[in-house]
Amino acid sequence: MSSLSPPSKKIWWNEPVHKSELMWISLVFVWGLVMTFMMPYWHVVGKQNLGTETYKTTPAKFQEATEAFAAKFTVRTEGPRNHPVVAPPAGGDVYMLGRLWDWWPTIELKKGETYRFHLSSLDWQHGFSLQPANINIQVVPNYEHVFSLTPTEAGEYSVICNEYCGIGHHLMIGKILVVE
Amino acid sequence: MSDHDSDESGQVPMMQKLLDNPFLLLFIGVASPAMFYLVWGLAEIFTVPAR
Amino acid sequence: MANTTQMLNKVFRTCPDTGLKFHGPAENLIKVNAVAAVVFLLVGGFFGLLVGLTRWQAVHLLGAEDFYLVLTAHGLNVLIFFLIFFEIAILYFCSSVVLGCRLATPKWAWVGFLLMVIGAVLNNVVVLQGNASVMMTSYAPMAAPPLFYLSLILFAVGALIGCFIFFGTLVVAKNDKTYEGSIPLVTFGAMTAAIIAVFTIVSGAIILIPTYLWSIGVVGEIDALAYRLIWWAFGHSSQQINVAAHVSVWYLIAAVLFGARPLSEKVSRTAFLMYIFFLQIASAHHLLVDPGVSSNFKMFNTSYAMYLAVMASMVHGLTVPGSIEAAQRARGHRAGIFTWLRKAPWGNPTFSGMFISLVGFGFLGGITGVVMGAEQINLLIHNTLYVPGHFHATVVLGTTLTFMALTYWLVPVLFRREIVFKGLARWQPYLYGLGMTGVSLFLMGAGTLGVPRRHWDIGFAGTGGITHEFPAAAYTMLALNGLSVILAVFAGAAFCVIIVGSLLFGKKLGDQKMAESWIAKPVTDEEYNANGGSAYAIPGTLVLALVFFVSFALYYFINWKYLAETWGIS
Repeated sequence: MSSLSPPSKKIWWNEPVHKSELMWISLVFVWGLVMTFMMPYWHVVGKQNLGTETYKTTPAKFQEATEAFAAKFTVRTEGPRNHPVVAPPAGGDVYMLGRLWDWWPTIELKKGETYRFHLSSLDWQHGFSLQPANINIQVVPNYEHVFSLTPTEAGEYSVICNEYCGIGHHLMIGKILVVE
Repeated sequence: MSDHDSDESGQVPMMQKLLDNPFLLLFIGVASPAMFYLVWGLAEIFTVPAR
Repeated sequence: MANTTQMLNKVFRTCPDTGLKFHGPAENLIKVNAVAAVVFLLVGGFFGLLVGLTRWQAVHLLGAEDFYLVLTAHGLNVLIFFLIFFEIAILYFCSSVVLGCRLATPKWAWVGFLLMVIGAVLNNVVVLQGNASVMMTSYAPMAAPPLFYLSLILFAVGALIGCFIFFGTLVVAKNDKTYEGSIPLVTFGAMTAAIIAVFTIVSGAIILIPTYLWSIGVVGEIDALAYRLIWWAFGHSSQQINVAAHVSVWYLIAAVLFGARPLSEKVSRTAFLMYIFFLQIASAHHLLVDPGVSSNFKMFNTSYAMYLAVMASMVHGLTVPGSIEAAQRARGHRAGIFTWLRKAPWGNPTFSGMFISLVGFGFLGGITGVVMGAEQINLLIHNTLYVPGHFHATVVLGTTLTFMALTYWLVPVLFRREIVFKGLARWQPYLYGLGMTGVSLFLMGAGTLGVPRRHWDIGFAGTGGITHEFPAAAYTMLALNGLSVILAVFAGAAFCVIIVGSLLFGKKLGDQKMAESWIAKPVTDEEYNANGGSAYAIPGTLVLALVFFVSFALYYFINWKYLAETWGIS
């Protein structure tokens, strides 16, 4: 009788389990509980919990909202793509859109302030990857994802695309600037 | 098959019966993730409010 | 016609080396499915080499367009075609051969096989033509040509037929009374894989059929988020078929090489039951940073319902080596804690492949998968190179290496040919294991530095001046990954050469018994009980398991610490 044969006992369910196995199963079960506990626990005490507030939208609507946001708070234009640099008030809303193959506009934030981000795509799926902070969020067309971000250090951050979006995927990059 | 059971009196335990039933397991194995993952997930996606 | 079928169904042979009873039509189907698997492994592995050499920024072999094309082809050929062909072979083996009965409806099995071949070949043609570089995931609304989806649907239908033939064969065996009591554990594990496969393929149909209709203009729109949700029930679950299948093969190899029996039927089968209940819901791993689904959905599903399926894997991780230890001790290797392991047949590629797979899957693949599957930690990991790093440990070190190990054992049994290049075969699992460990570690290393997956140029040369500078270490990682890829592809090619060489030129065995013993006698109750009265004491395995546990817990909490250091997000 091996694992290639039927169990040697007709009724095997009632066979005793050796204590080596029981010990391990108990340990692993408790470990599972610990890991189960960690996620809700972090929702209470942790500072990194991606919000899930979401609205159905359309590319046109989202573009309009982003353009209105940029028109209101643009402080200058700069960079090779001549992007507007938009500096919303602390605590305010921020709109950023992904499209083939660009993140628009450039955002300027203040360190330590919390902003309400609105993120969506005008075409295909994209990946919002904020480097080197290493925050990665999926961006899905027709869905407006709203969450809060609080920069902890000043500097120039890149938003690169980490969801494959066609032949120009590796050209898709934008900027978020954090000032003191 | 009951002739083989003669040496071990008593009923086959419920859990063993379940584990010996491929089609019941197949049903559970499709229905359970369909409920927890597909139905729950789609219900949330389709109730996302419009802007 | 009916008569000939009946006659065919009566053709059985008994393998002189293993005593296994082969149903002729089943044997042929196992052979063709296994051979098809090796062909697609070869094709997909070659594409993998091109991917690795392009990612190595100093080499940067392919242009962007070719890179995305080849990456699409690499994923589909190895993650879908190779693995599922091999799994169909395993399903037929674990039902018809292990139970010693005829295969249900071999004709339908051929239909399934042909559909799979047509689907897989057609898919490669479409992808290589260049208009379908949409990656394996083909996220709507990015569109591929209709044939791309159609080819996958054909393949899936063929695989679904294979699954039902497995279940049909269970019924045949029961009706023909070819076994008594419950099915063997190895067959139970294969059944788990088949159940997960049915869920996988049904999910694939739910999403790919509408997407196909969308691509030909019948359906107006595919919701991008619903696509992601349902596609991953297909894409992730298909990797869970692999887990269930390779764990079954671990038990099979333990039985074949050591005559091992499960430490406890109850524990091992309950662990498989946890897979049946909960393994597939981890498809939510891919949606942890998505909009539109709640944190409750994410936490419940990503944790496989309180980590019960993780517990199952950790139980298999104990009971597979534990059953080997118990068998080795029963056979006399009782000294110390690790004599049983030292005395294992390390020169036999079936054993070394299986054991490297066990360790690699657990330590590299398992731990990282659970850690990055924590809802919040996923923020650091999602869509970075860490993800392919992780699944090269689970799927390649875990599943592919296990399947290779099994193949070394199957060639003489099924094809009655001796393995050629035995010296190379002895080293092959080590080289492949080392190469893939490198691939996995260096991709994960680059991923922790933020390097995106599926990305042609992390130097951002073509962006017109707007760039990001990744740390130099990221470039080093990608170079080391390139070197590891070369080693792994060399060892993978060696495998294909050994197997194809054996099938064509290996010494014919016919009805002759081989010189070496090819299947261990099952350990008897007396042998187990002779071991100091404690038949299943496994101190060595427990030590290994505790080392694993400590690594797991440390790595888990280190990642929460990393997470705490990034921006506030809510």
